[in-house]
Amino acid sequence: MDNTLIEARGLSRHYDVSSGLFGKTATVKALSNASFSLQAGRTLAVVGESGCGKSTLARVVTMIEQPSSGELTLDGHHIRSDEPLTAAQQADLRASVQIVFQDPFGSLNPRQTIGRILEEPVLINRPQVSRAEREQQAREMLAMVGLRPEHYDRYPHMFSGGQRQRIAVARALMLDPRILVLDEPVSALDLSIQSQILNLLVELQERLNLAYLFISHDLSVVRHMADDVMVMYLGRVVEKGAASEVFDTPRHPYTRALLSATPVADPTREQTRIRLEGELPSPLNPPAGCAFNPRCWKAEERCRQSAPELDTQEAHPVACYFPL
Amino acid sequence: MPLLDVRNLSVDFKTANGQFRAVDGVDVQVDVGDVLAIVGESGSGKSVSMLALMGLLPWTATITADSMMFDGVDLSTASDRKRRSIIGKDVAMIFQEPMSSLNPCFTVGFQLREALKAHLPLSRRERQKRAIELLEQVGLPEPERRLRAFPHQLSGGMCQRVMIAMAIACKPKLLIADEPTTALDVTIQAQILELLLDLQKDTGMALVLITHDMGVVAETAQRVSVQYAGQKVEEQGVRDLFASPHHPYTSALLDALPERATTKHLPSIPGVVPGQFDRPAGCLFSPRCQYADDHCRQVKPGTASEELGHARCHYPLIKGVPQREAS
Repeated sequence: MDNTLIEARGLSRHYDVSSGLFGKTATVKALSNASFSLQAGRTLAVVGESGCGKSTLARVVTMIEQPSSGELTLDGHHIRSDEPLTAAQQADLRASVQIVFQDPFGSLNPRQTIGRILEEPVLINRPQVSRAEREQQAREMLAMVGLRPEHYDRYPHMFSGGQRQRIAVARALMLDPRILVLDEPVSALDLSIQSQILNLLVELQERLNLAYLFISHDLSVVRHMADDVMVMYLGRVVEKGAASEVFDTPRHPYTRALLSATPVADPTREQTRIRLEGELPSPLNPPAGCAFNPRCWKAEERCRQSAPELDTQEAHPVACYFPL
Repeated sequence: MPLLDVRNLSVDFKTANGQFRAVDGVDVQVDVGDVLAIVGESGSGKSVSMLALMGLLPWTATITADSMMFDGVDLSTASDRKRRSIIGKDVAMIFQEPMSSLNPCFTVGFQLREALKAHLPLSRRERQKRAIELLEQVGLPEPERRLRAFPHQLSGGMCQRVMIAMAIACKPKLLIADEPTTALDVTIQAQILELLLDLQKDTGMALVLITHDMGVVAETAQRVSVQYAGQKVEEQGVRDLFASPHHPYTSALLDALPERATTKHLPSIPGVVPGQFDRPAGCLFSPRCQYADDHCRQVKPGTASEELGHARCHYPLIKGVPQREAS
């Protein structure tokens, strides 16, 4: 089986932050040592709270940012931190990896018509395509995402949030990508609209055999969409596995706490909430040892001294000395 | 007599294109010790109705109500002076964005003591003492140090705790929480909801929770009022609402929850919420309702009986089946 589209090994992204004029520069490890793979037609969900590095991961995978270290293979192209891609290679890759952002109000240019928004990626990346052909492609794409042909000449402000998110998905699909990075695609939408967009994404995946890197903090959406789940905490992957396994038998204390903190729409359910003390530590000054140890109820001396590693050989690996 | 009894509240906004009705004939009753959740999507008027109660709407809004009784005082006819002595003291409100609700130019302590100064006859020293107590009560560690902090030095969850401390400073009888956890992470959301419920139990105040998250509703509320396009479409106890919704909108909304899905394809509600210019003549939900007929499209429905959750529907659902013969 070789339809692996993303293969990441020890992917990291660090930022240097200066702390004042005379202060030392500090390093924020936004993403450390992430390894995963994603096959065509499958959905890998990345979950975690703000500051856990899930959006940084999205930016690295879509080549908005270079990885600081580690290896990334996207659709057969190797990206390495030490040798930047040539412009031609990048252009090539851009066509196969596209992204849909969270906020459909901020991600569409208000001065462009929908037709123009959809055609722009083709115009830039495939200048040889004729104008008539571009328009044809854009109109086909509108129909594919469930919009009407007359929407072609309208402007973004004339659309509701759900329709705008359809436009954003359509734009991402214009170059026939094989990988779609979905960065919180439904969290800005109302519940009744959310299900429309999720259905659209499921349909498109079946039709086009797309690979989704699905980033979300909403665990009920993730449970519905994902084949595999990767849980992150403070820039590190703490647990990884098939969605059903991670949800039914979480092994990392953080995953367990996250699941129990998520409100479930069933008032008759018995509440057994694990109460996490404290807040997410600052990524500028992460705690020694396991990043989760100050909030963990199972933490012992060992957790405070060294950080547990994720054993990537396992099917359901967990970065914890005392897994559940 | 309920603590809060609002009858037939309507709010119209003057816009460039004429009047826009954001809240349309909403009744709200809250008893002492009640936890009422108001759920609805964006544009359903859930925040506006509570802002109208607090008197926080801009001049473009016209508020009409048959009565807005709070604890024996009609807020719609009371003098401004009387209102001000109630709002902020007996009725308090917290908002969605804790970071932007606090003034960035003043310390947390200053803002907290300001609320005390406005309503209670306390000396400077007593106010400081009370401020420390309040921060302890909402679970902020090192309260004395936190009082000297500016909002930007605190995280979102801590800011929301400060907001809650400010709201409960004068021991309100009613606390309105407008999407208090939407901007927060799940583990922090769990902490804040737990704090609100604990405070509610300890002080016996009534809590109105405005939210769009069905999960939050299920885990916190006793009673739920569902709003759609400015109207209250249904009100029931939380267990009954989730077990057997009577309004087709509530039912469709619950079906759209991913966690209730049985297949990969989610049941969804077609179309969008009606806007200013495409308000249907009859039932507001009729263009999106799977049970709607011509009668629904032409005639505005009244509210059904209490057993049917006051559903604003011609054919309220019983166990998912519309009752056609009822009207």
